[in-house]
Amino acid sequence: MVGFGTSVSRPIYSRGPSPGLRFTVYALLSFTLMYLDQRAAWSERIRYGLEAAAYPVQVAVNSPAAAWRWLTSSFATRSALHAQNRQLQQRLHELELGQLRVQALEQENAQLRELHAALPPLTRHWLLAEVIGVEAVPLRQRLIINKGAHAGVHVNQPVVDGGGVLGQVVHVGPWSSEVILITDPEHALPVQITRNELRTIAVGSGSADELLLPYLAVNSDVKSGDVLVSSGLGGVFPAGFPVGRISGVRREANQLLAQVHAEPLSGITSSREVMLIDFDPAHPAAPAAAAALAEGAEPVVVPGKPTAAGGATGAARQPGTGTHTSNAAARKPS
Amino acid sequence: MSRRENLLAILLTTLFALVLSILPLPQWLTIIRPAFLVLVVLYWSTMTPYVAGLALGFVGGLALDVFQGSLLGEHALALSFVTYLALRLHLLMRAKPLFEQSLYVFAALLIYELLLWVIDGWTGRSLSSWLRWVHTAVGALLWPVVAGVLGRFHAPR
Repeated sequence: MVGFGTSVSRPIYSRGPSPGLRFTVYALLSFTLMYLDQRAAWSERIRYGLEAAAYPVQVAVNSPAAAWRWLTSSFATRSALHAQNRQLQQRLHELELGQLRVQALEQENAQLRELHAALPPLTRHWLLAEVIGVEAVPLRQRLIINKGAHAGVHVNQPVVDGGGVLGQVVHVGPWSSEVILITDPEHALPVQITRNELRTIAVGSGSADELLLPYLAVNSDVKSGDVLVSSGLGGVFPAGFPVGRISGVRREANQLLAQVHAEPLSGITSSREVMLIDFDPAHPAAPAAAAALAEGAEPVVVPGKPTAAGGATGAARQPGTGTHTSNAAARKPS
Repeated sequence: MSRRENLLAILLTTLFALVLSILPLPQWLTIIRPAFLVLVVLYWSTMTPYVAGLALGFVGGLALDVFQGSLLGEHALALSFVTYLALRLHLLMRAKPLFEQSLYVFAALLIYELLLWVIDGWTGRSLSSWLRWVHTAVGALLWPVVAGVLGRFHAPR
């Protein structure tokens, strides 16, 4: 930074230090911030404060859309509401019917596992949050939601909607949090194909309607239409949550790995309300704990323990060492 | 026009640009959305270099970091560097016609995006898509419009 102080166009009447000196100060400040945000965990606190300050603006930015929704819903006609009510009743009955069957199956499953008592429900409690900001640029797929630390949200909490897995919480502010979507290129999610229980990793593509499965061999048994569910490895998502459906498989003779694409089942672009879930760790389908993971994986993100600094850390994709052992969350910035 | 009125106009337009930069939009629009904040900060630091300056660039960039959830200090560094260039070259740039100014703005936006790209690379974020560069061209094309609109907020030199 030698040239910054030289006077090419120094103002005739100078006010304070030269721009070069001031820029150097700001640059050093930026570098310090970046270093802290990348390396040190306590920068979460700076972020926490800043996100509190940012919350009103986020609400304001989102308010035109919210006002429009409020207007359309408050002027909805009586007959439209009736129709919607009927539809919801119908849906409720269907779900109730399905639920009966699920309870029977769960009991049967428990008996098969010789756990003679009925299992506790998988979700301990859940929280409904509204999406107040969307970031869907090619390299960043994030959501801002209107629940934060005051509502009990914590880092690495899974986020789902009616269709399936949406993502997980990466930053928590007092009243808002940031969610990394499964389609974010920094996100990798251990999944399983329901048809043959083949396990692999689904990586975000950066586009809201596509997931990539880069670690499947050319000869692996996968075809278009296969449904992917979370495998429960990785310590964030429980087993069996719908993730996506294979939309295309391309095999080339001169390559070791097939090019597999999937489309997410959750409403990545359409969800306005999302659910944040807490799991009962005693349930067999709950996310695998650190000890259960195979060796070779990086330190695991234990749900509820905020470890992330500067994006989701603590979890790495390790292409070399058996893909199904690596855990969820994101690639570790190196 | 007085300094105080200028300052008010600067702060309001910058805030408005910040809101435009973080407004949720459909994906194809976010790709071509120009970096409004950079354009506005560039305008004010070339036209009123003794009122708007590095502090505006730094704070604006930091706000962008917070709203976008990017690495803290990333946009702050990129934007304050571009502001620094603008402060250094403001006399040169002001003397040019609008369309030539667009070229300078294009260069500034490229430098801005290049810095972000380098920082993203250093910190291990992915940088595979070329779509991130699209907004620089859009921003340069939009410069005459931005300059025209902002020109209404202050008396020409």
